[in-house]
Amino acid sequence: MTETLVRETVAEPPNRAAPPRRKRREDPGRGWRLYLPLGLYLLFTLVPFYWMLVFAFRPTGSTALVPWPITFEHFDTVWNDLGFGLFFRNSLLIGVGTLGVVSVLALAGGYALARFRFRGQRLFLLALLCTQFIPGAMMLIPLFVIFKGAGLLNSLTGLVVADTAFQLPLALILMSGFVRNVPVELEEAAMVDGCTRLRAFFAITLPQLRPALVAVGSFAFIGAWNNFLFALMFASRQDKFTLPVGLSYALGEFNTDFGALAAGGVVAAVPVVLVFAVVQRFLVQGLSAGAVKG
Amino acid sequence: MTALDTRPVIPGPPRRRRRQWAPYALIAPTVAVLAAFLLYPIGSVVYYSLQRYNVTQPWKNGFAGLDNFRKMLTDDPLFWQSLLFSTKWVVAQVGLQLLLGLALALIINETFVGRGLARSLVFSPWAVSGVLTTGIWILLYNPSTGIFQELANLGIGDHGTSVLGDPSTVFPATVVAELWRGVPFFAILLLADLQTIPKDLYEAASVDGANRWRRFLSVTLPHLRDAIVLSTLLRAVWEFNNVDLIYTLTGGGPANQTTTLPLYVARKAVDSHDFGYGSALTVAGFVILLFFSILYLRLSKFGSRA
Repeated sequence: MTETLVRETVAEPPNRAAPPRRKRREDPGRGWRLYLPLGLYLLFTLVPFYWMLVFAFRPTGSTALVPWPITFEHFDTVWNDLGFGLFFRNSLLIGVGTLGVVSVLALAGGYALARFRFRGQRLFLLALLCTQFIPGAMMLIPLFVIFKGAGLLNSLTGLVVADTAFQLPLALILMSGFVRNVPVELEEAAMVDGCTRLRAFFAITLPQLRPALVAVGSFAFIGAWNNFLFALMFASRQDKFTLPVGLSYALGEFNTDFGALAAGGVVAAVPVVLVFAVVQRFLVQGLSAGAVKG
Repeated sequence: MTALDTRPVIPGPPRRRRRQWAPYALIAPTVAVLAAFLLYPIGSVVYYSLQRYNVTQPWKNGFAGLDNFRKMLTDDPLFWQSLLFSTKWVVAQVGLQLLLGLALALIINETFVGRGLARSLVFSPWAVSGVLTTGIWILLYNPSTGIFQELANLGIGDHGTSVLGDPSTVFPATVVAELWRGVPFFAILLLADLQTIPKDLYEAASVDGANRWRRFLSVTLPHLRDAIVLSTLLRAVWEFNNVDLIYTLTGGGPANQTTTLPLYVARKAVDSHDFGYGSALTVAGFVILLFFSILYLRLSKFGSRA
């Protein structure tokens, strides 16, 4: 009986490989209705990215719309002279740290939510959902006071802690959806065969959750990488700046050097956009798995 | 079915009733983190809001009762101004994001050649931080080298104007920049829900002679209702609290015209170290959001799907 109940919670997989071409051919206007708006929207999405790339790679003073020959002078300026190399390192450490902590905690909590029924479960879930409505700006003053007392101001650890607290709820909600999508029968079979629950988890369930971990970890990473408010407020020493903070100072100072501004933007954008392009389909799956539905 | 689904999955190995400790152990670290860095701070913000608490004037610190709130409501035009701008901003963002995001989700949900790539590209701005969005749009809006100049060179539109410097265009220019980043996530949320609509519903509707528009109205929209309610609410809250983009794009100016409530809080807290008053502003923002959220969920009859 439990099995049938569980099945309901499993979302249909996105029908990627099911092209009912036969029927679609009969609709002559479909191509236009689809590709025209999509093309327009792609233009809106990509032109700004392209603009940044053009500025980043063409020599100062050039107005060519295609940056050729390309130059790396702006990257040299931001990376070495303006300290973006250090900011990049700080952002990376914070991102990876947050990713690590959030992944482990979300895995543990997500498993608990998906596989157990326990007292206080609804309350816990409700609390998780509620955290989505807490503004970051609201945390500013108390966290500042806490961090000051704990000596966490101007430390990367402090930023990992703050980012973890903010990324964890959504990561947990997503993860419990992913765990629910792994058939519980596999685990049960292993347990019938004499595995402990722990062994069953590590041998059977965890490998199935690899894409889920990639997705959840990536979003934690992106969130921490991009967090501006906390980094701005809690890390005032320049050697602890992150990329968004460095960039925001650059925005004020680069009224003339657009090349450097664009190059700084590319440095900040490339890692997250790459990560995101790879994992976006997992996000859609995770959300379909029932995470955001009332 | 839902995130609040708490039905038993593994009945638990032993049949005898034993106190379970595993789930509690598993969520304990999370509870600890959230309690220390989300719950406790919320409590202390409420506490600070009732205090005079200014780091630069410690001798004046002490219990203030509702003084901070009285000052805020009766004697602070900037509070009302920032609240008004926040509201304007949220309405513009959420309305446009819903329209564009829904259209985008519907398109990207179709099966077509290159869908995977199109999805990755269309969604990619969401990964970009507010500060970076600002950087990109500053380049794009720049009067001498931006897109309006290039278009003017091609004979389209006026000669390049400074859209961010002109008080009449700064608002739409800021809205468009945030839409660029915000629409994709809205589309992702709706797309996720679109994919859970059973195909046979559409087939049944087709057999009954429903045309495309009809199918959208009577199958797609009702199914999406809860997702739309939740995502518009989430976006409204997030956009209300948006700091990074507005802070870096306009700095709240000109003349505080684009100062949102969170921006005002940050300024009170960080620039003037007035933690007490800043906390009162924060609490006000939170109460407004809470009230709005409850009202919205009530009015939309969230979760009561027929």
